[in-house]
Amino acid sequence: MKQIVIDPVTRIEGHAKISIFLKDDGKVDHARFHVTEFRGFEKFCEGRPLWEMPGITARTCGICPVSHLLTSAKAGDAILSVKIPPTAAKLRRLMNLGQIIQSHTLSFFHLSAPDLLLGMDSDPVGRNVFGLMATDSELTRKGIRLRQFGQEIIEHLGGKKIHPSWTVPGGVREPLSEDSLKEILAKVPEARATITTALELFKKLLDDFPTEVASFGNFASLFMGLVTPDGMWEHYDGKLRFGDSDGKIVADQLKPDDYQSYIGEAVQSSSYLKSPYYRPYVDESSSEGKAEEAGIYRVGPLARLNICERMGTPLADEELREFRDRAGGIARSSFFYHYARLIEILASTERVENLLNDPDILHTRVRAEAGINQLEGVGVSEAPRGTLFHHYNVDENGLIEKVNLIIATGQNNLAMNRTVTQIAQEYIQSPEISEGMLNRVEAGIRAFDPCLSCSTHAVGQMPLHVQVLSSSGDILNETWRD
Amino acid sequence: MLTVTINEQELRVNEDATVLEVARDSGIDIPTMCFLEGISAFGACRLCMVEVAGTSKLLPACATKVAEGMEIHTDTERLRSYRRMILELLFAEGNHVCAVCVTNGACELQDMAIDAGMDHVRYNYQYPERGVDLSHDLLGIDHNRCILCVRCVRTCDELEGAHVWDVAGRGKDSRVILGMDEAWGSVETCTSCQKCAYACPTGAIFFKGSSVSEMQHDPAKIRFLANARQNKEWLR
Repeated sequence: MKQIVIDPVTRIEGHAKISIFLKDDGKVDHARFHVTEFRGFEKFCEGRPLWEMPGITARTCGICPVSHLLTSAKAGDAILSVKIPPTAAKLRRLMNLGQIIQSHTLSFFHLSAPDLLLGMDSDPVGRNVFGLMATDSELTRKGIRLRQFGQEIIEHLGGKKIHPSWTVPGGVREPLSEDSLKEILAKVPEARATITTALELFKKLLDDFPTEVASFGNFASLFMGLVTPDGMWEHYDGKLRFGDSDGKIVADQLKPDDYQSYIGEAVQSSSYLKSPYYRPYVDESSSEGKAEEAGIYRVGPLARLNICERMGTPLADEELREFRDRAGGIARSSFFYHYARLIEILASTERVENLLNDPDILHTRVRAEAGINQLEGVGVSEAPRGTLFHHYNVDENGLIEKVNLIIATGQNNLAMNRTVTQIAQEYIQSPEISEGMLNRVEAGIRAFDPCLSCSTHAVGQMPLHVQVLSSSGDILNETWRD
Repeated sequence: MLTVTINEQELRVNEDATVLEVARDSGIDIPTMCFLEGISAFGACRLCMVEVAGTSKLLPACATKVAEGMEIHTDTERLRSYRRMILELLFAEGNHVCAVCVTNGACELQDMAIDAGMDHVRYNYQYPERGVDLSHDLLGIDHNRCILCVRCVRTCDELEGAHVWDVAGRGKDSRVILGMDEAWGSVETCTSCQKCAYACPTGAIFFKGSSVSEMQHDPAKIRFLANARQNKEWLR
């Protein structure tokens, strides 16, 4: 069996590689997505005070530190057994919306738009945000400013754009100032206009990518995310819902605290990323490998839009209806992650405006004080890439004894493996492989916007290394992309 | 009055003054870590070492009295090299990989490393196994971040008069302890005055329940309290 290795995968957040295994006749047998970095947060947080956890776990990521700050603080709220002041909850929501806007914008405009607007087969030297700037400087500029809008919401609340230590068990550290409120509110119209333009552009582009829509992780699976009690799109609180590809609600209003009863975690020897699965669908007593495949589910923008009844804001609800029309109901293709991401940015701008007009938003009582009242707590929220779980056990003084983090990207692991296999099978027919074909395999991963580390990478500086290996490990063909 | 020169600058100084006092009064900065105004000098950290003409030994500025005709240099290549070495050894000895100090900026060790241009540590990190004690109602101690400056020991003994803190062990096993090496929450002599937390130069002693951005130290409060008690000056 021959093997092609894409290492590293570019324009994603973190370090990963893809191996494509070819049969002797040159056809693709299967492909694997490996996460090659090891972090160790669950281990080195042991022994630390609970109150440090938002600050430490936020360092998991430079793109979505807010997601960890919020989820960690929620786990802390559970351990303190407090109901945080209403304004604190609204401010946390506001920051999460800023986070969703900036992260989704990064994914679409900076990382994936080069593939979509310049073409999957375009020259890789210019297939990045700088090439995009040369081709369509106005759109690129708008994208950068939209991301800035999200980042500035985070900065207004937390004092800085990256790793603001602002959420705490019990609430948040600082209330929102009136000046900040005015500044954010003044920028909402521009953000709304940019995302509306991007959505219109993407909908036109969809017609140019029929093969990609059909082959980019287009399969039946479960979808999971938070919903409100009446099934509306939710990003901060609420309970969990699993839906399937036929639109059936498989499980609803599941308590996040009980996640271990419905989510299992499988370990693969080929990756540092665990593979969570939906337990009721998996025969865990099976000794056969890959039993977890039966419990495959997807999280993130695609899943959230697939499981919710409605978005809860007028413009986003209108877009959701069109999204479902175009997808033919439940969207199975992972290519639609891009589409869902844009609709979530639109929904977020609407919700930001609503929150800023809330009469409670400037209240200054934003923190509940309490000691250790529970020895265990689970926090859940929707990170841009999907549902994030923080589960802590503490001793009676509040020192961490055990940590379990289930990251959104991990929950898409089984789906990402299936996606790279599907794309490779569609586009690769022999060991002679064009760069554009390999880029499609990477683009399949980019659709999920995986966040694999706490680092951002300078565009264009990560080389792509492709090896074609024989079954005995000899290098048959090798190319580098600088 | 005596005459001394510091960095070629001739100064008239009080005869019972230390080199550190004279230098600081003249606007000459000498880095210190274990030294804290308001409590006794200890000479433990060796960061305030200065060169004095006539002796090849380096002398701690905080604990060396001035003498007539003394020629002192506070900022030579040799001193900078030793100070950086001391800082690197402090970082290598404990577990100073803190998510806290970078966020709140309230760490004198971190500030000093930045000032010294310490961009890496040349010595092997020891990764000692040390614990965190959160048993006190208000305060916590993280031994990972302790550099054994013993400001807490001296503050508790000299200012509060409780002598809850002390040092146990020898060499690399030295550590600050509470009471008879007990959990903080069970030490009956602790008055919960919080002066140790104000005095601590790193994140070792902290206010419980504060997030990583909320680390507070206030070494100047120790000087204020000492002065207030001695001179009856209660306004800060």
